[in-house]
Amino acid sequence: MSDASAQSKQLLTTVDGKPLKAALAHAQSRAKRKAFFLVLPLLAFILLTFVFPIGQMLYKSINNEGFTQTEDFDTNIKTPIMTNLKAWFDANPAGTEPNEAAFAALAADLVVLKELKAPGQAGTRINYELSGSRSLFTKAARKADKLEAPFKEALIELDEDWADPALWQVMRGASSSFTSNFYLAALDRERAYDGSIQMVNENRQVYVTLFKRTLFLSLLITFTTFVLAYPIAHLLATLPLRYSNLLMILVLLPFWTSLLVRTTSWMILLQSQGVLNDAMVAMGLISDENRIQMMYNQTGTVIAMTHILLPFMVLPLYSVMRPINPSYVRAARSLGATSWTAFRRIYFPQTVPGIGAGALLVFILAVGYYITPALVGGADGQLISNLIAFHMQKSLNWSLAAALAALLLFGILILYWLYDRLVGIDNLKLG
Amino acid sequence: MKLKSILMATALTGVAAAASAQEVTVMSWGGAYTKSQVEAYQKPFTAMTGIKVNSVDSDNPATPIKAQVEAGNVTVDVADVEFSDAVRLCDEGLLEPIDVSMLPAAPDGTAAADDFIDGALQDCAVANIVWSTVFAYNKDNNPTAPDSIDDFFNTTDFPGKRGLRKSAKATLEMALMGDGVPAGEVYDILDTDEGVDRAFAVLDKIKADIVWWEAGAQPPQLLADGEVVMSTAYNGRIFNAAVAEGQPLEVIWDGQILDFDLFVVPKGAPNKDAAMKFIAFSTDTQRLADQASWISYGPARKSSGALVGKYSDGKTDMAPHMPTAAANLGNALVNNFEFWVDKDAELNERFNAWLAN
Repeated sequence: MSDASAQSKQLLTTVDGKPLKAALAHAQSRAKRKAFFLVLPLLAFILLTFVFPIGQMLYKSINNEGFTQTEDFDTNIKTPIMTNLKAWFDANPAGTEPNEAAFAALAADLVVLKELKAPGQAGTRINYELSGSRSLFTKAARKADKLEAPFKEALIELDEDWADPALWQVMRGASSSFTSNFYLAALDRERAYDGSIQMVNENRQVYVTLFKRTLFLSLLITFTTFVLAYPIAHLLATLPLRYSNLLMILVLLPFWTSLLVRTTSWMILLQSQGVLNDAMVAMGLISDENRIQMMYNQTGTVIAMTHILLPFMVLPLYSVMRPINPSYVRAARSLGATSWTAFRRIYFPQTVPGIGAGALLVFILAVGYYITPALVGGADGQLISNLIAFHMQKSLNWSLAAALAALLLFGILILYWLYDRLVGIDNLKLG
Repeated sequence: MKLKSILMATALTGVAAAASAQEVTVMSWGGAYTKSQVEAYQKPFTAMTGIKVNSVDSDNPATPIKAQVEAGNVTVDVADVEFSDAVRLCDEGLLEPIDVSMLPAAPDGTAAADDFIDGALQDCAVANIVWSTVFAYNKDNNPTAPDSIDDFFNTTDFPGKRGLRKSAKATLEMALMGDGVPAGEVYDILDTDEGVDRAFAVLDKIKADIVWWEAGAQPPQLLADGEVVMSTAYNGRIFNAAVAEGQPLEVIWDGQILDFDLFVVPKGAPNKDAAMKFIAFSTDTQRLADQASWISYGPARKSSGALVGKYSDGKTDMAPHMPTAAANLGNALVNNFEFWVDKDAELNERFNAWLAN
């Protein structure tokens, strides 16, 4: 045995005496390296524009430096702030009554804040978790260098809110830049004084509702696009080419039209003084006073998004239906199957990869949709993405926006995993 | 050889262009308001200094400013922001300080610091106009004309949809005034939890009838289309739709909320010097008065008041359309910037939750 293998090893050499295996590996590694260089631009592009920003976003959701350091926007120099207070927090366990030493540390830090022009930034960070506390910092910092011992009395005289145990709890949390509080906030939860987790006040709960609504509306939109797209795709796949090409253009034309144009056209059609309502009033179907509200609510969001996402369902379905051989269904019929049975057992199973692909595409696009619900959704047709945009652009609480976006991302990954387990990702045909 | 000379030529023109083309980018609120600034400030500024002005718009310039400075990618040199935003951005170190002494004195020699109305000059901001949030109605769609802020929240006697800005600011104050709270007590009441509950309770009554708007150009459109019968709006936008475009829109001054718009320069603005020149030029006595002939916002300098004349059509008197006209100040609220700097996050959070549920 060993003799034979030794012999075969000896046999497998190249002309110049190198072992064939090594020569082959060498040649292949060069080819592989060449191939790698070919994909290098794409890889760099994805790293730079996709992986890196998402990583940064995920980092932002657990890290906020508003209360730990400040950056001078002229020089880009970062300076640590609240260092004395942090030292006091480190030395004293949670729940310790803030004593004179704590207030002295705070006063010293306020002086630094004033010098660095950072009281607004530090206050904003605390304000995220305890509303109304921002002006505590800006006001106190303005008078910081005039404060004198005993600092506890001096600060409390300035504003009695400085004695609030909740404020000290929040400052303790914020004095470390790493926190899970933004995830708690993104799930309508907060940390109580004793550190336990509780729901926020009922009149401030919004994110869980919106996550549920986003999920529900996305599933609904996926379903309506499926119901509308399946017959269209079937027609496209079975008509003679010259007709189906024409129909295909009708499917693709809206696809090529700008998203904003399509959304605004729906606004013109659906608004209460719009085309559809006017037509129904003219035909006497409804009275002028009882025009139907189809815009600025969930109905508007569902109608407009179904239309906008329809091509993403039609195209994958069409691509799997086109190559299905019609003789299978004919064979089933000739063997005695009713047309329903033939459809259910022969035709439909062959289109499942297209359904899977279309549904996944439409669902994932719908979950992250932003502009259409913002324009036609009014108040109750808003999705979670609109709140993410709100925190990105208006409230500028980027950590909370990142936490919401991260939860959305994890949610989709879980759904993708579920899909893989239930249907199988190999069983997917995009075109 | 030929290629080389072309390259050289291109490079040379590039250098020449960079040397001569000084420019400044100004961000404002769009629509009729931006137009008034282009006509009154930007065109004369370019004519006088040769510095080109790029005008860009935003629904609220304060938010892109903060994003740009924090991301270290500032493209805007001058922005036009609301009072509370100017104070907040300045507190956070996102704005360049503005030296008041660089502002020109009034024609009669009064120093700028004394010529501007109280509060118009801040550490990092110079006010240009006084504007107000009012409510307006479409005369064609209201059988009985509303005459007070109560009517806006009364859908029984005045049926029809209402337009409101999708933000807690101004909406909550108006709700309280619509519930009979006099302007002087609004912020004291809104500072308590019960007051906030009360404001939301007023909004609850008309929630089903509200169409929310975000850009200042939307309310005149919604009113003209008949999509709403009454809407809150920036007073100048309604004036413009009514006078310039002949729409049957009417402003109700009862319960108006006055605010400043201020020029600020973001930290790291690429053309800081030109930006300061632009601000000094635009906020002089004549320029502020000129601006008032394009849109009905009051000038922030006392000395400009006397120079405000007619609208650019040459026949409409501007004075009665100014938010600061004595007849319009009967029940007027001055926006409390400190309140909003502090409570903005909390009240908007609650407002969002209220909207979504």
